[in-house]
Amino acid sequence: MKGSKKQPASFEFTVPGIDLGQLERLLSFMSQHGLEEFEYAHGDLRIRLKKAVAQTGAAPVLALPVAPTTVVQSVPTLPAPPVPVAPPQSVAGTSQIPAAAAEEDHLVKSPIVGTFYAAPSPEAAPFVKVGDHVEAGQTVCIIEAMKLMNEIEADISGEVARVLVENGQPVEYGEPLFALRPTGKKK
Amino acid sequence: MAAPPTWGVRALLGPAQTMFRKILIANRGEIALRIIDACKELGIATVAVYSEADRNALHVRFADEAVCIGPPRSSESYLNIPQVISAAEITNVEAIHPGYGFLSENSNFAEVCEASHITFIGPSPELLRMMGEKDQARREMAAAGLPIVPGSQGIVPDEATAVSEAARIKYPVILKASAGGGGRGMRVVRSEAELGAAFATARNEAQQAFGVPDVYLEKFIERPRHIEFQVLGDKHGRVMHLGERECSIQRRHQKLIEESPSPAMDSKKRAKLGGQVVAALEQVGYTSAGTVEFLMDEDGSIYFIEMNARIQVEHPVTEMVTGVDLVKSQIRLAAGEKLEEAVGTPAVHGHAIECRINAEDPETFVPSAGHITVFRTPGGPGIRVDTAAHADGVIPPYYDSLVAKLIAHGDTRAEAIARMRRALEMFVIEGIKTSIPLQRKIMMDPDFSEGRLDTHFLDRFATLRAG
Repeated sequence: MKGSKKQPASFEFTVPGIDLGQLERLLSFMSQHGLEEFEYAHGDLRIRLKKAVAQTGAAPVLALPVAPTTVVQSVPTLPAPPVPVAPPQSVAGTSQIPAAAAEEDHLVKSPIVGTFYAAPSPEAAPFVKVGDHVEAGQTVCIIEAMKLMNEIEADISGEVARVLVENGQPVEYGEPLFALRPTGKKK
Repeated sequence: MAAPPTWGVRALLGPAQTMFRKILIANRGEIALRIIDACKELGIATVAVYSEADRNALHVRFADEAVCIGPPRSSESYLNIPQVISAAEITNVEAIHPGYGFLSENSNFAEVCEASHITFIGPSPELLRMMGEKDQARREMAAAGLPIVPGSQGIVPDEATAVSEAARIKYPVILKASAGGGGRGMRVVRSEAELGAAFATARNEAQQAFGVPDVYLEKFIERPRHIEFQVLGDKHGRVMHLGERECSIQRRHQKLIEESPSPAMDSKKRAKLGGQVVAALEQVGYTSAGTVEFLMDEDGSIYFIEMNARIQVEHPVTEMVTGVDLVKSQIRLAAGEKLEEAVGTPAVHGHAIECRINAEDPETFVPSAGHITVFRTPGGPGIRVDTAAHADGVIPPYYDSLVAKLIAHGDTRAEAIARMRRALEMFVIEGIKTSIPLQRKIMMDPDFSEGRLDTHFLDRFATLRAG
């Protein structure tokens, strides 16, 4: 169907034996009059011509999600793949990133589903609070999953700009927990 | 966790446990939506779990709550037991419906649910394990009275034994390597004259392929039909069957078209085999929905091959002819209801056919994931479409290629076919390739119309079209 090359179109017909010359004239007739679609049926013959829709904004065929940022876990039971830093707007669609989290802030995200605890025990002080400096590998919180307390570590060094979840709150995979201002990028 | 453990409730109330208030659905796609349908009708709240590839999927949208459980790869999300259980715990559900595929027949998962005091909507871990071991399942079912494919008692040591065993089983027979698989070390033998040479070759091949020359004999079925019985069992020792489905239109053991009842069955055969199935499953104590699969040979003899201990993809054809909502029944049975309360006494009416619309090239069967631009489902009398696809939606490349299930019901098989034909014509999907063109052709095929089916139907069909 080379004849349709200039007018990108999809068409299907139920019976073979189409006059390609006529088809081409039909296609130029369509573009002349700005027609998007044309359908014709006569007896057993059925032709449907449709102009290819212009791709707006180069929409990707697949909405492949960007891999989330994860923190290294000290508990080995739940594998959390170490993956590269992702642009924050692409993950955790349900939890909005607070306006206070500045552009360069780094989000520490939950590698597992579970319950967030800011402190090692109800009486204890939280692992970290806003303004604290944390080192990469430092425990920042606990996420309880299946009765196991999983210590979650910061994946980069920086200052805690914001705590994004409440103590005792359930969190899902990829949910942002903390915003860290990377060391050396202080405003 | 805040919710009372379900075993406590059950211990207090006895078997007549009250219906679940909230269920987690450990699946995606059309079956997740199908379970949401059932829960909504039963007044049960739902929790969806999803991978990052399914953030915008309909099961996430229509469930009451949703929890992201991991990245796109199913091994890290839908198959990740700790993530699924954690999601169940943070949302305080009382039960998990596993759907089909993924964790549905994972006895370990069923055990973890039990240990976490969450009801697994399916059979017990022990039964899942038994049915998962195909050899053991066959032995148990044979002991419980189901016919299995006749074969030699274990390994055939020499040619003389092969001759006597083959004569007992009756030709054609097939020699199979006991260590085997994948067709190697297999020889079809049609008469005693061929047996000596075939026996030697099969042993040689087995030795080379598997390092062990042992072979056994089995009856060879030239043109088997795939027949399966739908069953439901309660937690009070009762099992019932809901008739059979025929799923002979397959390629590479993937079913493409299913129907109920089978054109090869009649009410006498159905009553006899159905009775055997019920007796066997009551003996092993089966609970929940399940499917018992058989091969039928050219003479109409039928042999057990395996049991699928879950709801199946093709369950709607049974629903259409019996009027029983299998998913709702499954949930009610899991909550402890008796069969007579949950199901009643259904009667079969008419004929139903299902086409599995897959995202794949209809000629080469190469999967065709991508963005759906146009999605127009057919409707009208006798038509049902189960799908999670929609226009501007995406078929991700990470999971199976099922896009929709199109089911046609009619008073007769002919009416069901006529409805399926027009519905396939009026089903418009653009942006991805689908199996619809192939299914349209099959619906026009005279062998299909006459009900002349066997599991090699599609091979012949493809050859015919290529030639």
